[in-house]
Amino acid sequence: MKKVLKALALLMAAVLVLACFAGCSGQSGLDQIKEKGELVMLTNAAFPPFEYVENDEVVGVDIDIANEIAKELGVKLTVQNMEFDLIVDYIKAGKGDMGAAGMTVTDERKQQVDFSVEYITSTQYVIVPAGTDTETFELDGKVIGVQEGTTGDVYYADDPDVIKAKEVKKYKSAIDAAADMLLGRVDCVIIDELPAKKITAQNEGKMICYDPGYEPESYAIAVQKGNTELLEVINTVLQRLMDEGKIQEYVINHS
Amino acid sequence: MEWLQSIGDYFYNLLIAQERYMTILKGLGNTLVIAAAAAVIGITLGMLVAMIKYFCQGRKAFRPLEWLCNVYVTAIRGTPVMVQLFIWSLVILTSWTNALPIACIGFGFNSGAYVAEIIRAGIAAIDPGQEEASRSLGLSKAATMRYIIMPQAIKNILPALGNEFIVLLKETSVAGYIAVNDLTRAGSIIKTVTYDGNIYFVIALIYLAMVMGLTKLLKLLERRLAKSDKG
Repeated sequence: MKKVLKALALLMAAVLVLACFAGCSGQSGLDQIKEKGELVMLTNAAFPPFEYVENDEVVGVDIDIANEIAKELGVKLTVQNMEFDLIVDYIKAGKGDMGAAGMTVTDERKQQVDFSVEYITSTQYVIVPAGTDTETFELDGKVIGVQEGTTGDVYYADDPDVIKAKEVKKYKSAIDAAADMLLGRVDCVIIDELPAKKITAQNEGKMICYDPGYEPESYAIAVQKGNTELLEVINTVLQRLMDEGKIQEYVINHS
Repeated sequence: MEWLQSIGDYFYNLLIAQERYMTILKGLGNTLVIAAAAAVIGITLGMLVAMIKYFCQGRKAFRPLEWLCNVYVTAIRGTPVMVQLFIWSLVILTSWTNALPIACIGFGFNSGAYVAEIIRAGIAAIDPGQEEASRSLGLSKAATMRYIIMPQAIKNILPALGNEFIVLLKETSVAGYIAVNDLTRAGSIIKTVTYDGNIYFVIALIYLAMVMGLTKLLKLLERRLAKSDKG
């Protein structure tokens, strides 16, 4: 027994030492980005029209925006397609310069990363099978499908003060959730307005979406805490794009 | 003929349209890189651990080293590879921005523990009389291992080792969670556009082909090694 405890103690010590290494984790200041010659953007390409895959390439509104930011910095854009629920962790650890994934600004996320100016507003939509009467559809008591870690998951379906769901099923993308709805495994899916519209458009006749009337929320780009240099450049570009009406243009192009 | 046309269209949409085959090929490439690198790291680490355990046996001065090896094997074999990958990615190697080498190291360290046990078991299966005879003839412990034990043990080790690499190849399918676009994730990426789960049949077939190729290769190697048995 004593031996086992000793072993455990040593293991813990080793982990702590390694965690200290983690403390001096990667930084991605402006100089490093220019030195590398690339701006690494983290996203989850299952969120059309903001990011989706076409011809083996990630495209979408956020990629168009990121391209403008990369152009401003004079570097090349690299898009890392990964799981949404890990993006904030990766930005925090410096594994990537910015997270642009149709990400809503929330207080919890603000504690982990810094956000740019908000560049688009959205609300949560509900996707239901075609033929459902959306006027009388009640979310309480339903099996709800969501994308893990999204606002639709954390602040709506999984929050009993907002919705008293019978069960919340968490998927790696809203598309997976919608596909499972067609198989009858969930009653409805909660996801942001534009992806909801795009997903239902791709499954015409099988599903519809509607606005349940929740408060609007805003998307912003996330960077590592304290990386004000990069944040300033991002904000300048976003402001310019908004002033020129470019972001609306991108949304229309990708819808 | 119409149904043939529709089948053709179906597969075109599943695999060819929008360069989907490129997504699969790139995923396959990443899976192969991870599996190969992890196998190399795994064999190196496993051999090292097995040798340390063998040579340190009963020598007091080397106790801590032996103990460290035991901790490594216990910790790795006692925890899921998925959790280990998250720890490598989010706690230990945080400054590495590219996920591919992290996956190689994660799976390599994981495999190493299993390989160490396979080699240890292979050595233990050799009759102790062999070592005693060799040592009494004046061969050193190292020479005994090199010329007497290992050549015999390798025949016990190889089939189990092959099994380990087959498992390893398939296990790499969880690498997608730490942002590596491996073969399985390539399937998921395509599915998010086509909404068609049948792509996983294609992915499964590719894995199956790889495993069958690997099995064949190991059979050949085993047959070659068995030649000396017949005399």
